[in-house]
Amino acid sequence: MDRYDMPDARGHFGPYGGIYVAETLMAALDELKAEYERAKNDPAFWEEYRYELKHYVGRPSPVYHARRLSEKLGGAQIYLKREDLNHTGAHKVNNTIGQALLARRMGKKRVIAETGAGQHGVASATVAARYGMECVVYMGAEDVKRQAPNVYRMKLLGATVVPVESGSKTLKDALNEAMRDWVTNVDSTFYILGTAAGPHPYPMLVRDFQCVIGDEAKVQMPEMIGRQPDVVVACVGGGSNAIGMFYPYIDVSGVRIVGVEAGGDGVASGRHAAPLSAGKPGVLHGFKSYLMQDENGQIVETHSVSAGLDYPGVGPEHSYLKDLGRAEYDAINDDEALAAFHELCRSEGIIPALESSHALAWAIKHAPTMGKDQVILVNLSGRGDKDINTVAGLSGIQL
Amino acid sequence: MSRIANRFAALAGKKALIPFITAGDPNPGLTVSLMHGLVEGGADIIELGVPFSDPMADGPVIQRASERALAHKVGLKDVLAMVVEFRKTDDVTPVVLMGYLNPVFAMGYTEFSKAARAAGVDGVLTVDCPPEEAGELAAALSAESVDPIFLLAPTTPEARVAEVARLARGYVYYVSLKGVTGAANLDIDEVGRKIAALRQHLSLPIGVGFGIRDGETARRVAEVADAVVVGSRLVQEIEAATPETAKERLTALVAGLKSAIGA
Repeated sequence: MDRYDMPDARGHFGPYGGIYVAETLMAALDELKAEYERAKNDPAFWEEYRYELKHYVGRPSPVYHARRLSEKLGGAQIYLKREDLNHTGAHKVNNTIGQALLARRMGKKRVIAETGAGQHGVASATVAARYGMECVVYMGAEDVKRQAPNVYRMKLLGATVVPVESGSKTLKDALNEAMRDWVTNVDSTFYILGTAAGPHPYPMLVRDFQCVIGDEAKVQMPEMIGRQPDVVVACVGGGSNAIGMFYPYIDVSGVRIVGVEAGGDGVASGRHAAPLSAGKPGVLHGFKSYLMQDENGQIVETHSVSAGLDYPGVGPEHSYLKDLGRAEYDAINDDEALAAFHELCRSEGIIPALESSHALAWAIKHAPTMGKDQVILVNLSGRGDKDINTVAGLSGIQL
Repeated sequence: MSRIANRFAALAGKKALIPFITAGDPNPGLTVSLMHGLVEGGADIIELGVPFSDPMADGPVIQRASERALAHKVGLKDVLAMVVEFRKTDDVTPVVLMGYLNPVFAMGYTEFSKAARAAGVDGVLTVDCPPEEAGELAAALSAESVDPIFLLAPTTPEARVAEVARLARGYVYYVSLKGVTGAANLDIDEVGRKIAALRQHLSLPIGVGFGIRDGETARRVAEVADAVVVGSRLVQEIEAATPETAKERLTALVAGLKSAIGA
């Protein structure tokens, strides 16, 4: 295959991606694209970005050999890329720092963000505080109820959290509302989009800011095991942690790339959030990609134990990589993810995010079928402190 | 000539009133009757909203209309069936479908365009499909003599207007403000200046919508535009009415707007 070089100039990953927004936002997206092109070629921009990642976020995040877990499974060796150790507890901050630096270059003093579980909202509120910007976070009213600690965290950091009461009152509706804010305040406001989705150039720039994950791993793995892993695996909601891990590995032959979607109650049940496994292409939130939709093209409600994966679409580059066959996508159900969550707590002393537990569950499921000299690198995209209420509730425990 | 072009020709310089309602709001059985009510009140063209689960460009009023219609499971095929029904007794009033791309994409551009023509639809506006992505859909619609209608906005740079003009048919819809439908920050002087600039690049009639809430605003917009689009205000009237009174109230409201724009 020729060197992978996506997206094209208008943001297409093959038939996916693009810019599907109302006319009012077209100029803002053009402006963002132009500013990002300038920043991309400005060494001082990247120097500051890397400085912030090192001194503020605490990068590079380590790769950790989960020895006890691997021994217990008796197959492939499981390694964890520890994005959970980042400041704010997840990979999201890699992106919010990059976008906040862009906002500052563009002279925007107000940033907005959408959030599901609250991780991107927290990461946005954090960088807004760090750079002295006003921050408004849109969050589905249902998620506001489910994720009270993160709501308070955002408020502590000085952000305004707006509960969104429309539609299914979850992440997709928060995204709609953030878009409505942006269209209204387009002159003053920078929209910090949290995942590798949305209209071009967002899927590209979020990917570029998250690539630090895979770039580091590509250096760390040879240092630890003398070669690259056999498999890299990451959970996929919108797909930002996954594309950050996958992208640097696309051109590395021999590395199997696996994205894990939220299977909810099981893909066959219909109650899931796995558009790549069971959806079909469509247009939502400014881009074309696989979507969960009914026969009339209406977006359907999704289900996952993990709020961060509870989204009916997926970043367009994942749709492209799926069709290309370069990455494969599988689904892990709620119960398997929960079991993996508990397993990592007990065997390694690490509480993983429920999102990341999906990737981990895939590794736990497949490691026993592989040789002991084979290596699976799991992107542990976030820590699970935010999920303890959910997990306790599912075990019938009131905290 | 298409019904839309005929209508603007027949107006001979008078300003067109384009009311918008969402198909299936408050219930699917009422829509065709409400469409006739709009015509009785003086509608020159009807914009019929196709409900969508994620109406990103709409304010709360039209979002709620979409939700009411979706509660009755109103899909694109149902909307087309409503137009068929409307056409049984009105073969002259142009009908433009306005909505989001995904329901159209899900049906398939060619199948949709053929069905739209067969139903008697005259124009289609998909708000989240700018000209850059609209080539295939615009070609499919044009092949069936259905007008692809596009938005222009206060933020549209002059260079893009030509791009829009290349694909647009029927009329163009100028979004009067930076915001969502039903917003309250309309600056009519600014709209006038922008429309004068647009006319340098466009020969099509220009309709103006978003945020037009009363006769006085409609009158002032009509001074600078070829057509005035009113949506949220009408949907609010439907929301406030009972199914029994909705048609009467809508007709009266449209008649008031019509007389305000002096047509």
